[in-house]
Amino acid sequence: MTEIDPLILYLGIFILAIFVGYYVVWSVTPALHTPLMSVTNAISSVIAVGGLLALGASDMHFAARALGFLAVLLASVNIFGGFLVSQRMLAMYRKKEPKE
Amino acid sequence: MPIFSPSPNLIALLYFACGVFFILALRGLSSPETARRGNMAGMIGMALAILTTLLLLDLKDETLWLLILPAVLIGGGIGAFVARRIPMTAMPQLVAAFHSLVGLAAVFVAFAAFLTPQSFGIELRLPNSSALYRTTASIVEMSLGSVIGAITFSGSVIAFAKLQGLMSGAPRLLPARHWLNGLLGVLIIGGVIYMALDAANQSFGVFLAISLAAFLLGFLLIIPIGGADMPVVISMLNSYSGWAAAGIGFTLSNLALIITGALVGSSGAILSYIMCKAMNRSFFGVILGGFGGEAEVARGAEDRPVKQGSADDAAFILKNARSVIVVPGYGMAVAQAQHALREMADKLKGAGVRLSYAIHPVAGRMPGHMNVLLAEAQVPYDEVFELEDINAEFARADAAFVIGANDVTNPSARSDPQSPIYGMPVLDVGKAGTVLFVKRGMGTGYAGVANPLFFEENTMMLFGDAKAMTEDIVKAL
Repeated sequence: MTEIDPLILYLGIFILAIFVGYYVVWSVTPALHTPLMSVTNAISSVIAVGGLLALGASDMHFAARALGFLAVLLASVNIFGGFLVSQRMLAMYRKKEPKE
Repeated sequence: MPIFSPSPNLIALLYFACGVFFILALRGLSSPETARRGNMAGMIGMALAILTTLLLLDLKDETLWLLILPAVLIGGGIGAFVARRIPMTAMPQLVAAFHSLVGLAAVFVAFAAFLTPQSFGIELRLPNSSALYRTTASIVEMSLGSVIGAITFSGSVIAFAKLQGLMSGAPRLLPARHWLNGLLGVLIIGGVIYMALDAANQSFGVFLAISLAAFLLGFLLIIPIGGADMPVVISMLNSYSGWAAAGIGFTLSNLALIITGALVGSSGAILSYIMCKAMNRSFFGVILGGFGGEAEVARGAEDRPVKQGSADDAAFILKNARSVIVVPGYGMAVAQAQHALREMADKLKGAGVRLSYAIHPVAGRMPGHMNVLLAEAQVPYDEVFELEDINAEFARADAAFVIGANDVTNPSARSDPQSPIYGMPVLDVGKAGTVLFVKRGMGTGYAGVANPLFFEENTMMLFGDAKAMTEDIVKAL
């Protein structure tokens, strides 16, 4: 048997992850849709990984490093901003305090 | 060379673990009790993704650190500062701004991958050429990442400008825009196919051209969409930022990016679907734009008499009610009236009135916007209900207090097939004993449709700024 092209495996993981996302997100309560958006936004800044790899480009390509630097900078705004603002929002959701 | 060379299998496993943490982060949001833990899982996943990636780099290279540290410190500092200071009413524009950053970062990474394919392991060497090319699969993947990222960026910039009030929220219709958008779309797809056909076609010019076309397309797509359709737009851009990340993930064969991209992409798509359904509009109807205008005047029924009341009248009615349902809308956010509203609610509860809140899915400018504002004003979340859970309660309520909402209460959505909002699910406030409308004037809502409820026998209009009026009611109680 010949080896499977890794691309096919990645595609399979991608499709399965879409399904996982589909079912997990439907179970999010509508009251938390705004935090959902800020959390998904924060985790999508994992794009910083791409920026880091570009920064570490083996041949010190100047433009690639500059682009990597900018990508890491922008994604860092998002990582810190996104998670902190989510935390700030989620801390405000309180239940009714039991009376007396 | 890296300090130690981790096996690709170890790296893959660590990236898988990041994916699991991100799934847990979303899963946590199924209830407010577990949500904070979920957010924590997200942070752990992110830290793990960054650390794993660092293992792949040459950490003895000092210039590398001189680049990484300032980028993270400056970016992180700005992010942390904004996250602390931003008022909750400005969440929609903050999220739009954040989406634009992810989009732009994706474009930058795509360009870096185009310029140095060898450092991402996607280079292709042709037999009789010394130049570097990219594998066919990777050129398609990086083009997708760059194009979707560019659309996310420019679309989010427009959404931000509209939400921040830098640009009119009214839809702007450019002539022949569908043709122009179609042309740009064809150009982009044509460019990608051209580069994929023959490695020799992979010129920087073509790659730049498709990315610039995508930037332009993002602007043109969002400009014609009006302010109150923003919940759909923001959800859609949320989804796009995920697909852009996934495109980059395929280019770099990076599992963390592929999994996260898929999660975020489907999350945004589901939110767009929920928002469209709550407005009874098709997704394409929203995207094609041109619906509604905030300054439109009501059609007809202008000269019918309405019953107008004062803060004292409202206080009297509310105090003597057994149960009151509050319906907040975007007007409450604009007037920053949520704290005054909570004060009013406290006084009423003190007087033995049963109080709950009814939230329409598209109230506000982003999904869940009203819930966050009420939570900020320390309204307990178990007093806040979604449309389908509370709609039957209006018939049993003595009073409905509608503050800054209009279209979402309009009964013509049920009764008048001619109405532009016909078929949209609405809150049955008219069934309550008395309906109190806090409004600045008799203007129509976003859809430009007159609300027949204003002229009903059991309706009392409270004209004024939502915050000032609510404060007056608090004083009168």
